[in-house]
Amino acid sequence: MPTAPATDPAASPSPSLQGHTLDVLGLTVRYGGFTALDAVDLAVQPGEILALLGPSGCGKTTLLRTVAGFTRQAEGQVLIDGASIDDLPPNRRQVGIVFQNYALFPHMSVADNVAYGLQARRWAKPRIAARVAELLEMVQLGPLRDRAPRQLSGGQQQRVALARALAIEPSILLLDEPFAALDRSLRLDMQIEIKRLQRQLGLTAILVTHDQDEAMSVADRIAVMRGGRIEQLGTPVEVYDQPRTRFVSGFIGSTNLLPCLMLGAEAGMARIRLPDGAHLAAPLGSAAPLPPGPAVLAVRPEQLMLHDEAADDRFPVALGLALPIGGQTIREATTEGGAPLRLVEPRLGGIADRGPRAWCGLVPGARPAVFPHPDTEEE
Amino acid sequence: MRSTWGLAAPLVAPLGLAYAAFFVAPLLMLFAVSFYADDRMTVLGLGQWQRFLGDAFHWKVIGNTVLLGLKTVAATLLLGLPLALAYRAASPGWQRVLLFVVVMPLLTSVVVRTFAWIVILGREGVVNQMVMGLGLAADPLRLLQTELGLVISLTQIEMPLLLLPLLSVMARIDPNLMDASASLGASPWRTLFRVILPLAAPGIAAGCLLVFASSTTAFISQSVIGGERLVYLPAMVWQQAMVVANWPFAATAAIALLVSVSAVIAVIATAGRIAGGRIHG
Repeated sequence: MPTAPATDPAASPSPSLQGHTLDVLGLTVRYGGFTALDAVDLAVQPGEILALLGPSGCGKTTLLRTVAGFTRQAEGQVLIDGASIDDLPPNRRQVGIVFQNYALFPHMSVADNVAYGLQARRWAKPRIAARVAELLEMVQLGPLRDRAPRQLSGGQQQRVALARALAIEPSILLLDEPFAALDRSLRLDMQIEIKRLQRQLGLTAILVTHDQDEAMSVADRIAVMRGGRIEQLGTPVEVYDQPRTRFVSGFIGSTNLLPCLMLGAEAGMARIRLPDGAHLAAPLGSAAPLPPGPAVLAVRPEQLMLHDEAADDRFPVALGLALPIGGQTIREATTEGGAPLRLVEPRLGGIADRGPRAWCGLVPGARPAVFPHPDTEEE
Repeated sequence: MRSTWGLAAPLVAPLGLAYAAFFVAPLLMLFAVSFYADDRMTVLGLGQWQRFLGDAFHWKVIGNTVLLGLKTVAATLLLGLPLALAYRAASPGWQRVLLFVVVMPLLTSVVVRTFAWIVILGREGVVNQMVMGLGLAADPLRLLQTELGLVISLTQIEMPLLLLPLLSVMARIDPNLMDASASLGASPWRTLFRVILPLAAPGIAAGCLLVFASSTTAFISQSVIGGERLVYLPAMVWQQAMVVANWPFAATAAIALLVSVSAVIAVIATAGRIAGGRIHG
């Protein structure tokens, strides 16, 4: 694993702002006999939002807590701007956190909450007042400065939590499922607002979430975690379009998994046979092609299309429900082998009436993923 | 609300009547008795009140009683707060052990606890044997029949009354608040004084109130450990009522105890309500 941050111009929004780097090297955290983090390496680049995405228990929160200093690692290092912070207690790490429940001090006003970190740094009173006013202005809460947290709505509370964390000018901003407690319409507003502030201030941020849509829309890069390890690290598009493992493919977006037989690879295309006889050709990804043998084809709903006639590269399906969602129609179908399928087709002025049977093939140019069959996969 | 009250009224009635008969009525009688001028209760007058309030000794007894309560409150707080903080930080298993240790004094009789302290604090007691064994003092320390010994034993006896409300309030404080405080740069001490203690204030006030009320009226401990040389209001009431048989004077002293203890409790309760109102109101 590279220890120096890679240079990826797409990830740093503006070179004029100085973000800080965060490097995690071989980080291992154990709780009793349970390994919550297993030798994780991660390089977060200046000014990027990196999402830690995974199901509960995957280690994403443990990683966040270790960076913040609340949890002590068994092995490995955490570096900010190349300097180890492992021996610093949480209050000297200069890391800002927005908690899922915001954790605002209930006995203090909005302004006192924001001033808390500055008072701990023993700033002079006029300087604190000016900074608090500036921050409340930034999150558009100036008029509410004397309210108690419980008098605020969820979105307002989150903005206070954000202003409080930003007040100390953290080198790294940690966001622990910050949108989970907000209702859906507000969530998008806050995601945009946090992203805007992060860009504006050139902040390096880590977003912990189990919501793939949130990770895809907010983050510059996504680290998909599972069982204390990072399963794949890449831009949202990479992780969605080129999932490296069956888990990533299933966790990000929805995926149809079809058992198949890998026949071989030639001219940059993998040749695959499905149980009902159809021969498919899929472009090979960057990964080394699988050896011939049983495999699993992971194909996204939008990579499949329906035809009215049989062909060599199509397989018969029985059609089920068709649901209009926005400008698309989501169709459910079943292969002859009984595997459930879901596919998406554009709706051009009405749901096409296809009858009970159709033939399903790949959309031209689609790049489905092929993974080892679970029986032969080495965990 | 009205229908709830309609349902509750008959259910509350037995307790209400019992309170009226055995608490309110005797209290009124106590007030009435204090206005007899002579100990045979034949002449009405303010004689007992003049005698009680006119004597500096009685004021001193009131002062000593309130002071004993405040000292006990201070000592239980000083020892109990760290214990409550340790309880917060402990694992669930250790929390059960700590809670058992905290509640245990409540499970033994006051008399047993008080006599246990005599064994510990006496001339030949555990404390003196240790102090003299270590060569820290040539003669046995005098702990029994001193206020120090009394405060020490009351501190142990009243500790559960402080800790039970305190632990329940502390357990409700969101642990993320401590993490948030630390991440904002606050030292553990700042977190304690700016976050934990203010949020625990209602529990602290409730505990202090119970300890104060209980220690100022702890007749058994006061008489057995404090002895006859230390006079507090409860002993004075008992002596006047049972030994001297001057009921009007005993009634006057009892009301003085009630008023002085209530006054301090009102102050503590108001302080707690102000602190709690900022948080929960």
